[in-house]
Amino acid sequence: MNPGNYILLSAVLFSIGAIGVLVRRNAIVVFMCVELMLNAANLAFVSFARMNGNLDGQTVAFFVMVVAAAEVVVGLAIIVQIFRTRSSASIDEPNLLKY
Amino acid sequence: MTDAVNLGETIVFWVCAVLATLGALGLVLSRKAVHSALWTALTMINLAVLYIANSAPFLGMVQVIVYTGAVMMLFLFVLMVVGVDASDSLIETIKGQRAAGILLGAALAVLMVWGIGSSLTSVTAIGLDRANAVDGGNVQGIARMIFTDYLIAFEATSALLITAALGAMILAHRERWAARPSQQQLSKARFSSGVHPGNMPSPGIYARHNAVDTPALLPDGSPSQASIPRPLQARGDVRPVDHADVADVAEVADAASREVDSK
Repeated sequence: MNPGNYILLSAVLFSIGAIGVLVRRNAIVVFMCVELMLNAANLAFVSFARMNGNLDGQTVAFFVMVVAAAEVVVGLAIIVQIFRTRSSASIDEPNLLKY
Repeated sequence: MTDAVNLGETIVFWVCAVLATLGALGLVLSRKAVHSALWTALTMINLAVLYIANSAPFLGMVQVIVYTGAVMMLFLFVLMVVGVDASDSLIETIKGQRAAGILLGAALAVLMVWGIGSSLTSVTAIGLDRANAVDGGNVQGIARMIFTDYLIAFEATSALLITAALGAMILAHRERWAARPSQQQLSKARFSSGVHPGNMPSPGIYARHNAVDTPALLPDGSPSQASIPRPLQARGDVRPVDHADVADVAEVADAASREVDSK
């Protein structure tokens, strides 16, 4: 098997995540799709680290995980807050900034 | 020096790649958010296996702990707060958005798979054996990088984590604007609301069965609707009153009271 297959899998997962972000409208599902895209990027980092024979890719993937964890915490807190004020988790609801 | 992919890794890759893609599709296609979360957990676990197969054992373990352990559980907790049955509405606010989104996403997939795939046909991996051997292992190697080359980024990460924790606490905190009602106020509100203030009658009283779907019988033998939990009533699972049973019970009770009287 070609080690490039990992990169192709990463591309497929990234695209599925992107479709989810564009199509779904429940804020939490959209958020999970963003997580999927981050994970796909991580897989690409890990594969490139192995192809190039140095550990920088793995270190960067580690930092991506840390940032993603922090992002989840803040993002979910914002979703809970919006749900409290508007009692809806739809991303079409908060549109006041449009006007 | 190259790191060829052996047969075992090939099998692991194909099994986990199919499962991870399945999980990703399930995430996008499930109507219910909880199902999406569980599909995502499947994808994350399979990605962890792929990391380990891809000579990143440390990141594989971190993936299991951070993503499937912490992040997905956080998602499920928030789903419980927001309401488990919060599913998408199918009404499009922007006309043609769904079709355009799917089209663009598919185009992105084709572009990346075709573009990257055609440049990766004869690629060989150098492998991490030499890089790991410098410090005596994968974990040691990553540790050296974090504390030397990436030290500034690592310090910034600590600031980020503290900020995120504080931000989450502030955002999720709810200020109490009115004073907490006292027990006396709660009691007055309950009696003045006009609703029956006490407990509901429990099911099965004076009836033959003690199950929750058996209504309690009032003294005149008619069933009490208040004694059946509302979900059961809504589902139509209330057991009808068997009047022969009621007569039997009354007869037994009569006989018992006559026996007591005769003594």
